[in-house]
Amino acid sequence: MSDNPQHLRYSKEHEWLSDAADGVATVGITEHAANALGDVVYVQLPEVGATVTAGETCGELESTKSVSDLYAPVTGEVTEVNGDVVDDPSLVNSAPFEGGWLFKVRISGTPDDLLSADEYTAFITG
Amino acid sequence: MSSTASGAPRRTALDALHRSLGATMTDFAGWDMPLRYGSEREEHLAVRTRAGLFDLSHMGEITVTGPDAPALLNHALVGDLATLAAGRARYTMICRADGGILDDLIVYRLADAEHPVYLVVANASNARTVLDALTERAAGFDAVVRDDRDAYALLAVQGPAAPGILASLTEADLDGLKYYAGLPGTVAGVPTLIARTGYTGEDGFELFVDPADAEKLWQALTEAGASAGLVPCGLSCRDTLRLEAGMPLYGNELSTALTPFDAGLGRVVKFGKEGDFVGREALAEAAERAEQNPPRVLVGLVAEGRRVPRAGYPVLADGTVIGEVTSGAPSPTLGKPIAMAYVDAAHAAPGTAGVAVDIRGGHEPFEVVALPFYKRRK
Repeated sequence: MSDNPQHLRYSKEHEWLSDAADGVATVGITEHAANALGDVVYVQLPEVGATVTAGETCGELESTKSVSDLYAPVTGEVTEVNGDVVDDPSLVNSAPFEGGWLFKVRISGTPDDLLSADEYTAFITG
Repeated sequence: MSSTASGAPRRTALDALHRSLGATMTDFAGWDMPLRYGSEREEHLAVRTRAGLFDLSHMGEITVTGPDAPALLNHALVGDLATLAAGRARYTMICRADGGILDDLIVYRLADAEHPVYLVVANASNARTVLDALTERAAGFDAVVRDDRDAYALLAVQGPAAPGILASLTEADLDGLKYYAGLPGTVAGVPTLIARTGYTGEDGFELFVDPADAEKLWQALTEAGASAGLVPCGLSCRDTLRLEAGMPLYGNELSTALTPFDAGLGRVVKFGKEGDFVGREALAEAAERAEQNPPRVLVGLVAEGRRVPRAGYPVLADGTVIGEVTSGAPSPTLGKPIAMAYVDAAHAAPGTAGVAVDIRGGHEPFEVVALPFYKRRK
């Protein structure tokens, strides 16, 4: 069972969101999602400067068996994407909460339904 | 392999073991099967470079015996099974009267004791269909078609280290066992039908045993293979291994809508064999059609980019649809996405320029290559 870090918030689309520093938060997918995908072989991320909208797709993740949409957990402007994960998508599997982060976003809108770590754990085990 | 309520997935004799290994399970043709134990890419590479251990107990075994067993199989299948020698196996197909492929099969001629004994191995998804067709086609033959789906567990050990691993557990003459041959033996004290077959493009063995012995054999192979780097492998890597090896999968490359000639596998149809067989007339017409007005051709595609083609995606040339992807995956061996696709004959030659796959709206360039993508060095 994956251990979901307490300091993050989570979407029901299995993205995690860090605490914002100066209004900018980091986004990734959870270990649960990475395990469900299997080996990730390709990630398509939003471009720096693009605006993403909470609950809407902003990229995709390809694994051996399938392709999955990446959803933005919040609304805002993308300030940085993780070039390491573009070059080596296996980071999503090996370190989903750390080196496998996907992009950073300057938050302009946060939905009401983000989950705490305990709520997300209950959500995926329920 | 006890029977379960209809609708609930069936479980193999190794089910508890898979769960104890932390396997991710998947529903496959009504069976709850291991998809992967860890990284499917690592499992794939283990089979290419060392060895992998598979549970394939979902495959459908049917025994055909009796004095007329050879004649029945020659009537029911498109291949010539009467000339198959005892101890050998053959890849063949069963077709409808209209030539459509019902399933692709491996048929083993186990022995010629009192009567010939054949073991027909069907795909899990088609096992019932094949059983019913064989039973129906047996009318008038002095032969018995027996449902042995629950009589066997099937383990496979595949990869360059497989012969050494198996040799450490059996006295059977593996050196004398050729590709597509099988012999009865004892492995780790377990009575086993040892077959040198597989679906990975590597050397290896498929081991048919009593389900009650499956766990004992699995554990023995695991221990014997540990120093050689053998790992348990799920169906996910089995699919990418067979795709790299250019092997068709029923439901992807093969279907009732296609004859063996449409699938580029006309060689399995033996018009010269004795007696009539189901589909002969339609297949003769299909062979002529394929010669004079070639249908789409099954080709390999290798991506220039990193996006992965999937079954059903259109193949394009100059913006026009010229075919369709049947199987696609990231290839661990090539390090690029690959696919098999049926394309119009005019675009099927290796090196044909300007071919693309429509990947969710984006036209990604692909190179047309001859199959297989991967061939092991002998």
